[in-house]
Amino acid sequence: MILWVAIALVGMAALAWVFRFAGQSVTGNAPKFRDMPYGVAFGYVLGAVVLLWLIWAYTQGHSSELAIANKFFFLRIAIEGFILFAIAAWVFRILGRNVGTAWSKKMFRSMPLTASFGILTIIIYAIFAIFAGAIAPYGQEQIIPGVAANIVPGGDPALGGDPAFYFGTDQIGRDILSRLIYGAQNTVGIAFATTLLAFLIGGTLGFLAATLGGWLDQVLSRMVDVLMAIPSLIFALLLMTIASVWAPQLGIPLTAFMVIIIAVIDSTRVYRLARAVGQNIVVMDYIEAAKLRGEGLGYLVFREILPNATAPLLAEFGLRFCFVFLTIAALSFLGVGIQPPLADWGTMVRDLGGFVNYAQFAPLAATAPLLAAGAIALLTVAVNFVVDWMLHKSSGLKE
Amino acid sequence: MSDQPLVKMRDVWLEGRSDEVWNPIINGVDLTLQRGEVLGLIGESGAGKSTLGLAAMGYTRDGVRISKGSVEFDGIDLLTASAAVKRELLGKRIAYVAQSAAASFNPAHKLMDQHVEGPVQHGVMSRAKSEADGIELYRKLRLPNPDEIGFRYPHQVSGGQLQRCMTAMAMSCRPDLIIFDEPTTALDVTTQIEVLASIRDIVEQFDTAAIYITHDLAVVAQMADTIKVLLKGDEVETADTRTMLAAPTQDYTKSLWAVRSFERPLKPAVKTGAVPVVSVQSVDASYGTVPVLHDVSFDMHEGRTVAVVGESGSGKSTTARCITGLLPPTAGQILVDGQVMPADYRKRSKDQLRQVQMIYQMADTALNPRMSVGQIIARPVQFYLGLTGAEKRRKVDHLLEQIELEPTQYYHRLPSELSGGQKQRIGIARALAAEPKFIICDEVTSALDQLVAEGILRLLARLQDELSLSYMFITHDLATVRAIADEVVVMKDGRVVEQGPKEDMFKPPHHAYTDLLLSSVPEMNPDWLTNLLNERGVDNIGDAAADKM
Amino acid sequence: MGNVLKIILQRLALGLLTLLIVSIVIFVAVNLLPGDFAQSILGQGATPEAVASIRADLGLDQPPVTRYFQWLGGVLQGDLGTSFAQANFASFTGTDSGATTVAQQIAPRFANTMFLAMVTAAIAVPFSIILGVLAALCRNTVFDRATNIFTLSSISSPEFFLAYILILFLAVLNPIFPSLSNIFEGMAFGERLEKSMLPALTLTLVVTAHMMRMTRAAIINLLASPYIEMARLKGLSPMRVIVKHALPNALAPIINVIALNLAYLITGVVVVEVVFVYPGIGQLFVDSVKIRDIPVVQACCLIFATAFILLNLTADIMSILSNPRLRHPK
Repeated sequence: MILWVAIALVGMAALAWVFRFAGQSVTGNAPKFRDMPYGVAFGYVLGAVVLLWLIWAYTQGHSSELAIANKFFFLRIAIEGFILFAIAAWVFRILGRNVGTAWSKKMFRSMPLTASFGILTIIIYAIFAIFAGAIAPYGQEQIIPGVAANIVPGGDPALGGDPAFYFGTDQIGRDILSRLIYGAQNTVGIAFATTLLAFLIGGTLGFLAATLGGWLDQVLSRMVDVLMAIPSLIFALLLMTIASVWAPQLGIPLTAFMVIIIAVIDSTRVYRLARAVGQNIVVMDYIEAAKLRGEGLGYLVFREILPNATAPLLAEFGLRFCFVFLTIAALSFLGVGIQPPLADWGTMVRDLGGFVNYAQFAPLAATAPLLAAGAIALLTVAVNFVVDWMLHKSSGLKE
Repeated sequence: MSDQPLVKMRDVWLEGRSDEVWNPIINGVDLTLQRGEVLGLIGESGAGKSTLGLAAMGYTRDGVRISKGSVEFDGIDLLTASAAVKRELLGKRIAYVAQSAAASFNPAHKLMDQHVEGPVQHGVMSRAKSEADGIELYRKLRLPNPDEIGFRYPHQVSGGQLQRCMTAMAMSCRPDLIIFDEPTTALDVTTQIEVLASIRDIVEQFDTAAIYITHDLAVVAQMADTIKVLLKGDEVETADTRTMLAAPTQDYTKSLWAVRSFERPLKPAVKTGAVPVVSVQSVDASYGTVPVLHDVSFDMHEGRTVAVVGESGSGKSTTARCITGLLPPTAGQILVDGQVMPADYRKRSKDQLRQVQMIYQMADTALNPRMSVGQIIARPVQFYLGLTGAEKRRKVDHLLEQIELEPTQYYHRLPSELSGGQKQRIGIARALAAEPKFIICDEVTSALDQLVAEGILRLLARLQDELSLSYMFITHDLATVRAIADEVVVMKDGRVVEQGPKEDMFKPPHHAYTDLLLSSVPEMNPDWLTNLLNERGVDNIGDAAADKM
Repeated sequence: MGNVLKIILQRLALGLLTLLIVSIVIFVAVNLLPGDFAQSILGQGATPEAVASIRADLGLDQPPVTRYFQWLGGVLQGDLGTSFAQANFASFTGTDSGATTVAQQIAPRFANTMFLAMVTAAIAVPFSIILGVLAALCRNTVFDRATNIFTLSSISSPEFFLAYILILFLAVLNPIFPSLSNIFEGMAFGERLEKSMLPALTLTLVVTAHMMRMTRAAIINLLASPYIEMARLKGLSPMRVIVKHALPNALAPIINVIALNLAYLITGVVVVEVVFVYPGIGQLFVDSVKIRDIPVVQACCLIFATAFILLNLTADIMSILSNPRLRHPK
């Protein structure tokens, strides 16, 4: 095994040299090849080899031999998915460039494919989350009478599927598709609400600290320092333990506690950013001019500071949302987050996770937990792509 | 020596990338430089002079490209040369002196280590020889402690000295060409002299060719044999320095020369016994525990301009902060119209706040980028005068007309859609909107190009005559003082060194520091530096300056 | 040098103070629990005598401030208290099984977690710094964009998703590594390494992505500085520009990046240990949270927070030490 890797590396190294040499002689020593470092040539060869392997693996996925096809099933799906998403994003971007207002057209013109993919995905998620009740074929808690548990996804009866339940059923016979769709509503909705709350707390306090300064700033900042010295997931788990005792006694659902706990923990990060952004704005001369004019605190914060902080705050909102969303997913996965019977992606992964081990014989069975986990990943990836683009745009030509 | 020029740039076009589009920076400029010649490259910001200077080295920054033309150095085509060939030239035969020495020295290494790097890497000299040579160069550049200054880290050396160390570093391989990219722009006038003198000496001594990039005409007049004027990427004209100064042929060059001639007529002396609009009375102030102002007193009268002059750190802006109430003085008081003002602006009434208005140096940061021009000007109108609706709009339109901007055209614009000069005008309108008697102008023209700055000065002068405003004009530029001031206050280290009417201030005798400050301001006369050095004693201008204090 | 020493001592004192306050926060949080632990452990049908005996056993009859100092004093001596689950058992049987203290329960698991973290760091740190520098050097090329997409994706994915993907490809479809990390004491190093490989790789994926992006940003920032342009204009070779001029100044940001991400590992370790049933402190923590074994939760929390604070402190001190302005004052 190690020997093979070594041979492959040496082979590629030789190939890289040949590639550069050939490039130099064919193009008559054009600057591109003349000044090409050896490492870059090696990179080209490595890239080509990986690409060739992916193509080979993709054809293997269509192999008539079941064992081989199964083995490359997931790679095949991944490649198909990747290409499909890329095309969808591309089409969406073309659409955006030609439809809509002048402003949105201009925005789409300078947009990388990753960002248009992100926006498209976020829109689709939003639609699913808002209209979950109308889209989902079954209820999220509905155990359909007469339907077996653990129906394999794929809808092919020969492989243990059922066309009526294309994504299969879970361990107690609920429709996985419906639960995935409701999961969008529950998981995304709760994460969104939590992020909003975190911004409300952290943003308000951060701007106040930046504008007023003095002892308020000192007290708040030291408190935030202490809270941030405890890793957030650990602190959340600790507080959730306590909340899980309180919740039944007070008759408040545990999920409400979770929203508050995560919002408070996350608001510390928002506070730091809002304070930093606020401080950058507060030193501006136009704020001094407004202060000297005799303007009150409300005018300063809402008319002068806030409008100038929207761009960094919006980007931070995206990042915070991802973080909150992942924290909630992690808590649910660990069994202390969103509580059943509410459909939730993290919980679904935990419940269905064992099926991954059947991937070799029944690849379709293993897709169920991956679908739920993938649904989480897809949204956070999408949001991150958009945020990355926004940050890149606002940083201008610095890079 | 061959008669082939050292640098030959033909029809060079440069482009810069922004928002995925390539925009032109330089449009087909030719440049020829003979051995031992010093070429001054001047132009306003955005003229592309730095980009052109770097292109003469065959180098472009990220996001800039040479789209057309040729650049030859001593017969070598730099645009087609391989990376290795160019590396061999850079540092060894072509050297660069950057604007900010503090940022251009690597903070992690001692000056000498950076000095010898070029000669050692290019195989010109051994390390020991190069070190000895470095010390010799430091001595020639009249640096204090030449034997040990090289063994310090960059942050341990002052800005002016660092700039000379960088010149020494550029000289380390005895290059044929040095590009000076605004080497004195970041320095105070008194420091600038030392650097200018030492650069000129060393360039002459080694007969090095140089391209000297600057926006300051007077500086370039001292340094260059030939001057090339650039405007927005186009060459305006090129001529021998004396010819260019005496008889510019192009309108643009003429207008640049004319800026320095703006001067308003003298006003009659203030009537004795008149109550000053603002009176600063023995004010002390400190930041935390560090005292910054000591017993500062001066008066400002109606319809007159007081210029407060001094180098950075002299306490000019701090005095302004005391007057506005942002920094309550630790002793002394501020009187407006004979009334004592509360020290802290938060304790002043709306009307007291209204009387003192401010115009800022950086118009970019002085206007809220999210508000339209109309909103910015309307706010004080509504806040102080209580006008609303059509009345408010009428007042704003009137203010826009006063600052010579067409109301219908500018009312809805955002600051980002205005030029630097227009932004500064909006800042003036915002101050006027409060209908004040007194306006503090904090370096209002120093961030602007000369022509634009002149327009602002003329506008301020006109407004003063119309509205009998009183200005406190903070500046470090004596040309501006000449243009606009009625009275001058000279500050140094938080103290008022000298004050009096302008006509007295520009006539000797005066306080030694005022003298130093005044004489350090470069003049358009190409012999000015030589004469000045002769006057002060060439060898030790730094010490001479210190003695005079 | 005296100056630097003073700053470092200040940071150390601040770190200690933070730690102390954090311990108070944790203690107060735990004491926010309603009712009586003893009651809730024994359930509704418990006799008052049994409740009283457990209360005395756990020291719950003392006032909170006393309990805090007892707990803190114990912690300083390495005594993290008695696990409820174990105490419960001991009170009923009347025997002391010998493994009742939290410290005894945590010690071996702590070692396991440290092992996992170190394996991860050993792979991730060199890998991500090399990748980060490469991406910075080849910025805006295909390589840079591909790594950008790849790292963004792996940062965005929940740890369990990455874990299952790795299980799928490296354990189930291609049986290279075991998907369960049943590690026990006295296991040979090689075998232990093999069993820890999948959790370590999962963590590596997450941490590498973070570290690489931050290294890239730090290097790009650095390469834009005028002194790098100056070095280039002195005709130095690209290699020398990087090694002599960029790296000495990149040290501080890179150390920061490493420390920050090792601190991030602490959070990641919890989920990953659960997925792979790795017997580390994270798994113990989650189990204790589920059965509300307060002393264990409290102790784990404190350990995590301490590690977190120490790592940040190290980063702080290292970047002070690598700053020439502080090392060579005027």
